[in-house]
Amino acid sequence: MSERYDLLIVGAGPAGLAAALAAADSGLAIALIDDNPAPGGQIWRDGPGVRLPARARRQREALARHANITLLSGTRVVACADDRRLLVEDADSGRLIGYRKLLLCTGARELLLPFPGWTLPGVTGAGGLQALIKGGLPVRGERVVIAGSGPLLLASAATAQKAGAQVLRVAEQASHAAVAGFAARLLQWPGKAVQALGLHQPGYRCNARVVAALGSERLEAVLIQRGGRREELPCERLACGFGLVPNTQLGEALGCEVRAGALAVDDLQRTRLAEVFAAGECTGFGGSELSLVEGAIAGHAAVGQTARAEALLPERARWRRFARQLARSFALDPALKDLPRPDTLVCRCEDVPYSALAGHDGWVGAKLASRCGMGACQGRVCGAVAGYLFGWTPTRPRLPLSPARVDTLLCLEETALPSATGEPVE
Amino acid sequence: MNADVIIVGSGIIGAACADELARRGLEVLVLDDRRGGATAAGMGHLVALDDNPAELKLSDHSIGRWREWARDMDQGCAYRNNGSLWLAANEQEMAVAEAKLKTLREAGMACELLGAEALRATEPELRDGLPGALKVAGDGILYAPNAARWLLTRGGRRIAERQGRVAAIEADEVRLDDGTRLRAPVVVLANGIHAPELAPDLPIEPKKGHLLITDRYPGRVSHTLIELGYVTSAHNASGPSVACNIQPRPTGQLFIGSSRQFGTSDPAVDGPMLARMLRRAVDYMPGLAKLNGIRAWTGFRAASPDGLPLIGEHPRRPGLWLAVGHEGLGVTTAPGTAELLAAQLFGETPPFAAEPYLPERFLGARDAQRTSIPSEAGR
Ligand SMILES: Cc1cc2nc3c(=O)[nH]c(=O)nc-3n(C[C@H](O)[C@H](O)[C@H](O)COP(=O)(O)OP(=O)(O)OC[C@H]3O[C@@H](n4cnc5c(N)ncnc54)[C@H](O)[C@@H]3O)c2cc1C
Repeated sequence: MSERYDLLIVGAGPAGLAAALAAADSGLAIALIDDNPAPGGQIWRDGPGVRLPARARRQREALARHANITLLSGTRVVACADDRRLLVEDADSGRLIGYRKLLLCTGARELLLPFPGWTLPGVTGAGGLQALIKGGLPVRGERVVIAGSGPLLLASAATAQKAGAQVLRVAEQASHAAVAGFAARLLQWPGKAVQALGLHQPGYRCNARVVAALGSERLEAVLIQRGGRREELPCERLACGFGLVPNTQLGEALGCEVRAGALAVDDLQRTRLAEVFAAGECTGFGGSELSLVEGAIAGHAAVGQTARAEALLPERARWRRFARQLARSFALDPALKDLPRPDTLVCRCEDVPYSALAGHDGWVGAKLASRCGMGACQGRVCGAVAGYLFGWTPTRPRLPLSPARVDTLLCLEETALPSATGEPVE
Repeated sequence: MNADVIIVGSGIIGAACADELARRGLEVLVLDDRRGGATAAGMGHLVALDDNPAELKLSDHSIGRWREWARDMDQGCAYRNNGSLWLAANEQEMAVAEAKLKTLREAGMACELLGAEALRATEPELRDGLPGALKVAGDGILYAPNAARWLLTRGGRRIAERQGRVAAIEADEVRLDDGTRLRAPVVVLANGIHAPELAPDLPIEPKKGHLLITDRYPGRVSHTLIELGYVTSAHNASGPSVACNIQPRPTGQLFIGSSRQFGTSDPAVDGPMLARMLRRAVDYMPGLAKLNGIRAWTGFRAASPDGLPLIGEHPRRPGLWLAVGHEGLGVTTAPGTAELLAAQLFGETPPFAAEPYLPERFLGARDAQRTSIPSEAGR
């Protein structure tokens, strides 16, 4: 018998977890797939260096109580196959998994913008640094600079400080007025008000951006520009994050509609395919509260509990307002596009400098000529960068959606042609 | 007139023709709509094929040119003269290898038979029990998109490029889809599978192929590995077929082919077809199963009924020259194609017989005398 679930949820971050729990009392067979070793996603990432927040712990315990929820950790989706099946791979093998309803909670990844020195060891993403620390990286006593934009910088700073690092500077590119306006409005979202405190942390500076990471073998100092002034801060680590990019690849490969870079969904989190739902940050950035409520709506809707899904709409509306406020306050300054120098690498997998891309008029031509995006990350990093710097749209994703062992791909031999996508709702 | 020659298509064929004609002193305008073609998709294996004497002549001659040009090509073209190994899976295929050895040697090419042990020593990743292989020393590899770029730029100012989609060609006038009209006494059609859009009588059909590239695993494979079954099954079959083709890239990546399907123009990667192709490669190289594939894609070869390209003037459209139908071998045969076309255009004796490639074999006899440019025209 092949493995098939009534509801297959891809991504076990807040949205995926909330969806599984919302759908659980239907008694249907539910599976939750995630390529991390444990559920929780980026925000509730587990590891030796972590004490999970109470809410995350409660969710996990609840998950364990439901016998009808199967947790498939360390498992990655490689391709969509025929007949409502996905090809997945774990550490040992590949296999096909079937579904009646599919819910995409594939989250978002950090936008990393290139600047001179950004590829030096010691420079990571802001979320990337958090993940490393939670994974057990010792940072006690290290000097850390955090730069980029948005509340994630503060979260990253908090994690680093808790782990004993000294956060010298949090460089926020947004203006003081924008950030202050945002902080004032935070009172409308009581759960978030506490974050406003972070804005008063001593090293926090608005209107500030990183212009270079300095060092020969590894990071030795960071050059920060604020207005007309530059300061050089000797440090061991630099963590940068310029916002988030929704992970839409699987949705796109299935044939879902993408609007403004995110998976498009209706009121009940349905995509344009009748059997596919999406929730959380793959449908647009909004923070964990929005992801939780979207996940719950999608979970209910996917198992036919429409009334329970609709009851959550007002709460979602509230968090969407927050998300819009956030996006407005931390909009990226176009001057960030001038950070790379001609020799600054844009594609790290294939060592492609900015100058090799700048003359081209589109992603396809630039990719062919320079090999940008042809490496192991398949353009996940540099494709988003090129989107921001040059306004290019990367091509539609193809299988394999992520690197996969050849023997995993061999599982597709028994599937039918053509790889079916679902039927549009209308 | 906007140029002496307008070339439609800046793939490897258009680029080689532009280079050849510009070197002979003509002002060349190359038009391309950037929709992407086979040159961007293919494997860039420079391989001598001998399905018939004409194919062997054209590929052998062209591979020689690439070897000469390699001295001047930039790193991005990634030329390597790494040789091919034609793998025999059984004794019958070993006999095919011997026959092939004879044919290629008679044509003056350097090749040798490897027995089971020599093969294992040369390529230890291959499965045990293969009886042997034919090694063709002159074959090589190339990164075709950059080789096309190199050909278009090395000559300097004689080649002008312009982005635009050609909507129609009428006598000496080329009309773009935005209404622009451009004129030249000679128009060369080098737009691959799209050629029938502009010359509907061309017997060209798209033949889809899949490819996969792995992560970097330097040093595992040194020659391009192709199964001899390719000659008997894949190349000549009309149904979908696959053959083992494993090419080591200079980056340490392995490039895996090949599949052939007619009757589809959908560029999507077909999971089952990709899997069949990979199964075939794993049959020959078992360790491949544990390696990571990082990207897969497809491309379309422009297939003519007899597998040979059409090179020469259209018999009923004076001034319209054809350089199309290169199937799965156009990167290899681009230099020879350009030379044959130029020789005919300048009324010279070609470096080898042009007849097997003339468009007349499908389009019927010529009504008028061939257009030609006297050799002194340029220079
Ligand atoms: C999967 C695969 C593997 C292959 N492997 C090999 C190999 O290992 N070795 C080998 O030698 N060959 C190989 N080939 C074959 C080789 O790639 C082709 O024969 C060769 O690239 C053909 O080049 P071309 O210039 O004729 O066509 P193309 O590269 O297709 O170029 C045609 C150009 O014309 C443009 N165009 C089309 N219509 C118009 C229009 N109306 N107006 C303006 N521009 C237009 C297109 O945008 C395109 O750029 C392979 C092909 C495939 C598909």
